[in-house]
Amino acid sequence: MSISTQEKPAVASPKTSSSDVKIAAKDVCVFYGEKQALFNVNLDIAANQVISLIGPSGCGKSTFLRSINRMNDVVPSCRVEGLITLEGQDIYDPEIDVVELRARVGMVFQKPNPFPKSIYDNVAYGPRIHGQATGKAELDEIVERSLQRAGLWNEVKDRLESPGTGLSGGQQQRLCIARAIAVSPEVILMDEPCSALDPIATARVEELIDELRQNFTIVIVTHSMQQAARVSQRTAFFHLGILVEEGDTDQIFTRPSDERTQDYITGRFG
Amino acid sequence: MTDMTMPKTEGLAVSSQAYRKRIKKRYAAERRFRAYGIAAIAVAVAFLIGLLGTITAKGAPAFLQTNITLNIFFDPEKIDTENLNGVNFQAMARNALYDMFPEVTERREKRQLGQLISVAADQQLREMVRADPSLIGQRKDVQLLAGDDLDLVVKGTYDLSQPEAERPVSDVQVAWIDKLQAQGHLARGIAWPFLTTGDSREPEMAGIWGAVMGSLLTLSVTLAVSFPIGVLAAVYLQEFATKNRWNDLIEVNINNLAAVPSIVFGLLGLAVFLNFFGMPRSAPLVGGLVLALMTLPTIIIATRAALAAVPPSIREAALGVGASELQVVTHHVVPLAMPGILTGTIIGLAQALGETAPLLMIGMVAFIVDVPANFTDPATVLPVQIYLWADSPERAFEARTSAAIMVLIGFLILMNAIAVVLRRRFERRW
Repeated sequence: MSISTQEKPAVASPKTSSSDVKIAAKDVCVFYGEKQALFNVNLDIAANQVISLIGPSGCGKSTFLRSINRMNDVVPSCRVEGLITLEGQDIYDPEIDVVELRARVGMVFQKPNPFPKSIYDNVAYGPRIHGQATGKAELDEIVERSLQRAGLWNEVKDRLESPGTGLSGGQQQRLCIARAIAVSPEVILMDEPCSALDPIATARVEELIDELRQNFTIVIVTHSMQQAARVSQRTAFFHLGILVEEGDTDQIFTRPSDERTQDYITGRFG
Repeated sequence: MTDMTMPKTEGLAVSSQAYRKRIKKRYAAERRFRAYGIAAIAVAVAFLIGLLGTITAKGAPAFLQTNITLNIFFDPEKIDTENLNGVNFQAMARNALYDMFPEVTERREKRQLGQLISVAADQQLREMVRADPSLIGQRKDVQLLAGDDLDLVVKGTYDLSQPEAERPVSDVQVAWIDKLQAQGHLARGIAWPFLTTGDSREPEMAGIWGAVMGSLLTLSVTLAVSFPIGVLAAVYLQEFATKNRWNDLIEVNINNLAAVPSIVFGLLGLAVFLNFFGMPRSAPLVGGLVLALMTLPTIIIATRAALAAVPPSIREAALGVGASELQVVTHHVVPLAMPGILTGTIIGLAQALGETAPLLMIGMVAFIVDVPANFTDPATVLPVQIYLWADSPERAFEARTSAAIMVLIGFLILMNAIAVVLRRRFERRW
């Protein structure tokens, strides 16, 4: 799809993008050693909306997601080319501190992964290491607010000192969301956040995603097309490392412009 | 279609002969396998019980000693309070014994009679007078340490049916001992000298405490050196080092180092610590350093395995909220790996505790009477003490050797118990 764009040098032009573009990807290619996982992805993500990345397994949607907060840095063979900007700033700039970037771009993982610590410490960990609270009272407040926003406060307020790993799967995932929002990020990346949850827990998390949209930009990778349709305003379809199509969710699911998208959403492959 | 599948499923029908035969064969194989396993365990347990049983049976008597009660006259004419060290208390004890056997007059027999009291009696009496000078001029019944031959006769270690020339005690001595026992002058007590003193040429005075202190001092040096170095090296190699040829080489060599015979470490210690750095011979400091070298690979390998076992999801979670690499390691990975690290360390130390060969090289095999008090005092350690006593000709050292082995095994069990407790305490679910 982007053979013509390959010729063009990847020049940063954040000025040209509209003011509400939060994240912009320009000609992003990702390699794992010799193998290329993403091919010239161009994608603008607007602030305060939910965008779903869909596509069959191995299509590069998780790779793209993990490039946005540089989680791929820990994979030794991984190499990212092209330009990803957060509010016009190149996130792969050597001047950028990856720790600060990850504080601004939080992440929720596929499998709930609370720390083997108390519920309180799970949520307080981020604010603590970033020095966001000046005292115990302020920290308490951050923890309470984050748990409330994650819709978990009422269930755990009486047992904040019990271990986070003792919660149910759905509660653990909401705890992980509370942990992510406790550091007040601007963007939250979610990598199949409901794939390990039952339908009731999934519904709760989806409601939560919709509420969080007020304050955060959310990028969610999902295998469930119903979920993409329910929670997101925009949808991007990836196939074999190529961003095939991106547009309003309604349009992607009703009038896709590409045949591959059509085939995928109608269940012909993937 | 059903017609075609029916003949195929017949082999699986429960009623079929072939099916029953297969099931029977499988159950029999399982039963045989279990029987082999139980037999293997039974053999191992039998060996263990046999070994510990013999050692305990042989060593237990060494924890008890025979005391002889003598009526001592603290003769004011012979005791010079200004110079207690010059007073011959041994003669005083011997005279008390001679008084009990007036019929013994011949010099040779008198000497034999005198051997029934330990040479430790001299020191025992001196300490008594030093503690309570009012004893001088009095006559008092005092319990003194018996000689090793008397002790062994009372314990029944000597085979008295052997001809007189072939055993260390003569017939007259046995007769005297029987008489003393009949008169109630002999008493059994806990062998405090064995538990509280250092080595000695006299078996009844030889103690294990010097070796215990030596082992403790040596192991504390080993722990202080090998734990921080080992854990830091392992954390760096596992969590931070980039994968390249040099780090691969280091890794291979650490694994090789774990397989190097321990005496080689002893030679290295001799060449480097003693000859090059001029450190003191026979010192726990040097012994500890040598054992630290030996323990390092064990700790590094165990720590790396424990770090590798921490699930990657925890690292991702921490990175995801913006923890730096160092914070991920210090806040999450190392605490979670702690039980494994501590277990590995204690296993390494237990190995070091039982090590003899490298310590022979650096002079810790010397005969040392004083209990070491610091890291540069000459000292010996438990396994070397066992080796030294096993080599001594006196019969009484036989029981002491076994008793020393019991003490060593006791310490090993204690360390393993600590490992289990620490594991339980630090273990966390994820």
